[in-house]
Amino acid sequence: MVWKREEPLRPTSVPVNPVQAPSYPPVLSGGFDQPQGEQRPMNEELASIGKSIVINGELSGSEDLTIEGQVEGKIELRDHVLTVGSNGRIKAQVSAKAIVVFGQVTGNLTASEKVDIKENGSVDGDIVAPRVAIADGSHFRGSIDMQRKEQSSSKQPSSVERTLGAFSKPEPKPSVPPATSVTNDLIRV
Amino acid sequence: MNDRQNNGRLSGLVSRFSRPVARPDDGNGRVVVEPRPGAAVAAEPVYSSKTLAKFLSLVFARPAAELVDLGPVIGTNIAFLGERIGCKIHVEDLYADLDRHAQEGALDRFPEFLAGRFALRDRSVDAVLCWDVFDYLAPAAASALAGEVKRMLRPEGVLLGFFGARASDDTRYTKYFIEDETHLRHRFYPSACTRRWVLQNRDINHLFAGLELFDSLLLKSGVREILFRKPIMR
Repeated sequence: MVWKREEPLRPTSVPVNPVQAPSYPPVLSGGFDQPQGEQRPMNEELASIGKSIVINGELSGSEDLTIEGQVEGKIELRDHVLTVGSNGRIKAQVSAKAIVVFGQVTGNLTASEKVDIKENGSVDGDIVAPRVAIADGSHFRGSIDMQRKEQSSSKQPSSVERTLGAFSKPEPKPSVPPATSVTNDLIRV
Repeated sequence: MNDRQNNGRLSGLVSRFSRPVARPDDGNGRVVVEPRPGAAVAAEPVYSSKTLAKFLSLVFARPAAELVDLGPVIGTNIAFLGERIGCKIHVEDLYADLDRHAQEGALDRFPEFLAGRFALRDRSVDAVLCWDVFDYLAPAAASALAGEVKRMLRPEGVLLGFFGARASDDTRYTKYFIEDETHLRHRFYPSACTRRWVLQNRDINHLFAGLELFDSLLLKSGVREILFRKPIMR
């Protein structure tokens, strides 16, 4: 007797129009460094806010979210990833585990893991996150703080820092430049 | 401690928190580097910068330092300054502002714009990276910017600027990528302004009157790398 594995049912519907498919890979809350093979099951749907949706107010949730529409107010996805799609327009204070920006954000971003501004992405606001990636061709205006608060408050100087501290108060040079000397590739004036 | 001892000790210290590099010089001040995997850096010159090393050491020595970068945002610089030097970075791209004013034919209003450009409080910043922006500023704008920088700097705060030796009609700016503590990679990009203003040493000293000249290097290209420090107020 020959055993034959049952063929799974193949979908007969028309394939997804490539124009409608997102032009960027979704980043899941498993992390940015998740290996390609460890994708989520296909049947787990990703929450998204479509292009024509406009939300004013507070948005919170406990799953990853992609925004292609407009949101004004506040967004909080404490342990999850927020992706602002290329059509997304956000004017909000955003807090999430990770934030990926393909579109436009005006407002402060706080991430416990990482903020990633992709090419053509735009952020006007302050970023607080331990890791920040900013692609060439993106726009950013604001400040970036990558220090964890608990580290900065209880920070003990390392040996390197202690040694470098010796340079914190060198003798200032006089206004009149000293005699010129030539080094390998530089001329000291 | 004399300057040579200081430099020698500094480079040793810098190497303790930098990744190891072996960079032969090509004889023109350029340093030959192996491109990092995946990085399109082949045609971009890399130069050594001793003042950058001193600048970074001074910033590194300050707890929870805040730094203002007057150049365009560069992801690798942000990662370097934020993760390795451990400072908070304020990105204030004056080159973009300059281009916008030039395109609108409003360069004469740039000094006024600069006077209100920065929202940072007085004496709130530990370091300012000016790059070569002063080469593109008319005297009134340069004076306005220098005033703002001096206002923002904390006592003992430092400022690093590059000042060209000759004017140029090239419509391009330079992006300075921090390769490591002692090397900068240059990448050019189109601009609406030219490098029209050459500041003499006395002009620079006059512009930054009130700050101490901490270090000054003249490269063979004629570019002066100058590090100023704000004295402690008495």
